Amino acid sequence: MNELPTIPDHGLSWLEASGDHPDIVLSTRVRLARNLQGHAFGPRARVNDREAVLRRFRDSASRTETLRGGTLLDMPSLSPRSRKILLERRLVTRDLLGTDPSGPPRGAAVHVSGSAPVSVMINEEDHFRVQGLLSGLRIEQAWQLVDRLDEELGRELPFAYHHEFGFLTSCPTNVGSGLRASVFMHLPGLVLTKEIAKVLQGLGQVGLTFRGLYGEGSEVVGNFFQVSNQTTLGKTEEDLVDHLDRMVRQVIQHEVQARQVLLRDARAVTEDKIWRAYGLLRYARTLSFEELMNLLSGVRLGLSLKLLPGLRVYSLNKMMIFTQPAHLEEAAGRDLSVSESDAHRAAYVRRVLATEGEVTPGDRPSDEGGPSDRF
Amino acid sequence: MPDMVCDNCGSTEAVVHLTQIVNNQMTTHRLCEKCAAEKGLESAPEPANVPLTDFLAQMGKDSVVEPDTAGVQCSFCGLTFRDFRDSGRLGCPHCYETYAPHLQRLLRRVHGSTQHVGKVYLPPDPSASEMERRLDALRLKLNRAVESEDFERAAELRDEIKALSPA
Repeated sequence: MNELPTIPDHGLSWLEASGDHPDIVLSTRVRLARNLQGHAFGPRARVNDREAVLRRFRDSASRTETLRGGTLLDMPSLSPRSRKILLERRLVTRDLLGTDPSGPPRGAAVHVSGSAPVSVMINEEDHFRVQGLLSGLRIEQAWQLVDRLDEELGRELPFAYHHEFGFLTSCPTNVGSGLRASVFMHLPGLVLTKEIAKVLQGLGQVGLTFRGLYGEGSEVVGNFFQVSNQTTLGKTEEDLVDHLDRMVRQVIQHEVQARQVLLRDARAVTEDKIWRAYGLLRYARTLSFEELMNLLSGVRLGLSLKLLPGLRVYSLNKMMIFTQPAHLEEAAGRDLSVSESDAHRAAYVRRVLATEGEVTPGDRPSDEGGPSDRF
Repeated sequence: MPDMVCDNCGSTEAVVHLTQIVNNQMTTHRLCEKCAAEKGLESAPEPANVPLTDFLAQMGKDSVVEPDTAGVQCSFCGLTFRDFRDSGRLGCPHCYETYAPHLQRLLRRVHGSTQHVGKVYLPPDPSASEMERRLDALRLKLNRAVESEDFERAAELRDEIKALSPA
């Protein structure tokens, strides 16, 4: 990973568990899709288009205050493992890396800012994807960061813009504002109380959508959901951002209520699930990533309900990132088979939990006391 | 063999029917008691389908598309309407002009609108009219900020308007 230490914060400040409701909302992401005039969009761009886009970006980046002191990483010249690490840290997308086994297409790059948690992907589906990634629920702040960078870039680069359709994008689902704001949430209470389908259906009715961990098409694992705006045209950026913020706060309320119901009606079962999850993480010798995510979900719930004292949300966030295959390989300094990876993952988790100190159940038996002070 | 077996283990009789409706798509999971309890932490529904695919597939089938449209080509990038329908992606900024009537229909269905009302872009060397459009948008924002008593934002917008206004 020789190239990656040059990234400020290693692009991981969004793990720090700050911002509103960090136990329920892991992170907030806002991205803007932008394209240059006079060049075909990503999927139809020829090599010379892609290289011109990257060249123009590189020239502008040096004059863009927010990007100064940052790092531009050229995808084709990175090692395959470094690219996977960037993907696992959510700084790049699968689309940017492409599907060609010989490596990413020429011109594919990401610029990570040195002064703010913002980055720009170059030559993805759109020429530029300007994104801000923050810890916790901070949609408004993420939007402001991205807006500022967009203004700076727009003064340097002639963006494709239409008086009726707004900012033009490769896919018509992004046209207009080009804005997608998404909030990465942990909703085990709603899943366990079987209320989740109703909530997700409700989101659909108010113009929001949900996805799994890695965006479009990815599966929902470990009760983690990415909730985002579905439409990008016909509303101002501020309205899109406000609306998502208000709806997400409602979902949080439902989640908190669902957790209260669990503690009230199924306390023993809930505590059992949480402690079993903790026990497995603490002592297991092999863990698949999916199993880990599901167990982390239980432990995260326990932490949030203050049933598991002595653990930090930050450690759980970190575990999600550093137990992914490329991160494990990087730590091991070599490629790992799937079974080796599962063993390394379990060892990493045991180490983290050991340094967090021994968690012991409280004295209070599970059928005593009310849950009212537990939020 | 039980009448209806569990979707998960495939052997025991399913007793729990979990029906979920996402984006008007209904899915039913049939689970036995054991699997339902075990799957308690994992019973989230599949991610919703991207609605655009459905729209585009339909565009090809119904009479919305005139017979000769499929062959129309963008003069800048060469994208045909058929390419667009198959991939769901436009080829270049010029395609938005080439396919404007179709896009208006599509955008209305996808976004409920065809008119951008967000940021007014100011290019590197703006013309007088581009400058004026941007100023109008900023003035509108300023009014909203004042109405909602967000005076900090209002002050920022006032500065921005001042910087752009001709001396």
